Amino acid sequence: MQLRRRIESGFFKTLMILATLIIAGSLLMILYTIASKGMQSLTWDIISKVPEGGYYIGKGGGILNAIIGSLYISIGATVLGLAISIPIVLYVNIYAKRNSWLANITRLTFDVLFGIPSIVYGAFGFTIMVYFGLRASLLAGIITVTLLVIPILARAIDEVIRLAPTELSDATYALGATRWETSLIFLRQAIPGIITAILLSFGRAIGDAATVLFTAGYTDSIPTSLGQPTATLPLAIFFQLSSPIEEVQNRAYAAALILTFIVLIISLSAKYFSKKLSKHKI
Amino acid sequence: MSYKIRLLKDRLSANVFLVLSLFSILTVVLIGYGLYYKSSPILQQDTLWHLLSSTEWKPFKNEFGFFSYIVGSLAVTGIAIIIALPLSLLCAIYIAEYAPYRIRQILVPLIDLLSGIPPVVYGVWGVLTIVPYIGDHIAPHFVDYSSGYCVLAGGIVLAVMVFPLIVSILLEVFDTVPKELKEASLSLGATEWETTRKVVLKKSIPGIIAATVLGISRAIGETLAVLMVCGNLPMIPHSLFDSVYPLPALIANNYGDMMSIPMYESALMLSALILFVIIFIFNAISRLILYRIENRS
Repeated sequence: MQLRRRIESGFFKTLMILATLIIAGSLLMILYTIASKGMQSLTWDIISKVPEGGYYIGKGGGILNAIIGSLYISIGATVLGLAISIPIVLYVNIYAKRNSWLANITRLTFDVLFGIPSIVYGAFGFTIMVYFGLRASLLAGIITVTLLVIPILARAIDEVIRLAPTELSDATYALGATRWETSLIFLRQAIPGIITAILLSFGRAIGDAATVLFTAGYTDSIPTSLGQPTATLPLAIFFQLSSPIEEVQNRAYAAALILTFIVLIISLSAKYFSKKLSKHKI
Repeated sequence: MSYKIRLLKDRLSANVFLVLSLFSILTVVLIGYGLYYKSSPILQQDTLWHLLSSTEWKPFKNEFGFFSYIVGSLAVTGIAIIIALPLSLLCAIYIAEYAPYRIRQILVPLIDLLSGIPPVVYGVWGVLTIVPYIGDHIAPHFVDYSSGYCVLAGGIVLAVMVFPLIVSILLEVFDTVPKELKEASLSLGATEWETTRKVVLKKSIPGIIAATVLGISRAIGETLAVLMVCGNLPMIPHSLFDSVYPLPALIANNYGDMMSIPMYESALMLSALILFVIIFIFNAISRLILYRIENRS
């Protein structure tokens, strides 16, 4: 009996370690595949040039248009998202009563919106776009991606502000501060969390393709105004990969490497900031 | 006098913030309504049941049957969960109950990193490794011919994509199991595994269900990665090595040319609406379960 129990225990522990190795291994395998394939065709031209004539049949140029376009959309969406989500989080945590009906519903809403797939945002963004008579453009892309990142920003910031000690607001109110002034104090406390939230949102925005597929369009030049269509990195990868010409496909791998590199840098710095800055919290 | 300005600021911000909060709740309704409004033409032409159960997809003859797309989505998602759930469960138990602190410190960020990788990169990875491996090495043992772009490839890529989501939720759920219960079990002479199975897992069943449902809804809505590895042929799959055409891929692939046929747009919007409704319900239920667990602890 004793032996059987020990064997069972050991057997499951082995299974667990195996499962963990598979999961961790799949990440390393993805990184390895993308890095090794991408490095073969990554050149300075790809990063620094826009597509030249005949680019899509294998002639010269690069994907600078997509890199810049993705940065525009991600930065625009994150800034717009912050402007909307910070007030909401403040309202839920400071203005509304603790555990009030509105606060709970708002949290549930963001948790649910967080799970809505980007293709649904894309389709919805497209309907709004048509409704207001917008063309596929940088502006329409930014608005749609903003919808996608608001739940990410709101949940991440809410998590930090909710964890701030209640004594803090007791103290500010006792000193005669208004709710608005208390909010500013809480925001200061939440700066590390906000930076992490910004990076999370930026990482999600730059990697998402299904939202911008119908709303941002695609073009070979760098957009100079909000009304122009905009290329994005994920779509650059997707379109080039579906080309039958091998050289163009290889550039898709290089583009995938660039995107992965950007996203990893963002994830790692989010980790770094949240660890480093949280040392100074009350 | 300055207190009046301070109070004014306070009241003004309260109102603006309240309106923004209400508006954010309204977004859910707006998305649902917008998609419904756009899909109403096709709902007037056919009954919902006919649309969902018919396999006829002939946009030029105004026939839109979603059945094979829905089956495609379910097949890919089912396989993904069958692969991902046991592995994620074992991995999460290992991290939460067994792993030494230092290994935990490495594993958790690694899994977070996995969740940050964009879908299109998973797709590229699938095309480069999973698809050729299935086409060259696995499929020939079972069927005469498979390109490798199939249900199984989609399932595997999706499974890898939902690992981090399920594992991170499970870790939070296991964290809420009281330490005293585990200690009581261990002090009665139960082995580590018996404690895990009879105390931790038993206590976490609602959380495990919630994590699974969230995993399913993530997988069912995933677009680009499945679009790249599933082959996109609208048919009912008879084996793991047949191509399928999941709903999100249908929307993404056809958006450009749908404008020429009015009913086509409506049909695509209906597929977005179906996805939205399913995922909305799944998410709401599992979040409510998770709230209850959180409050209990």
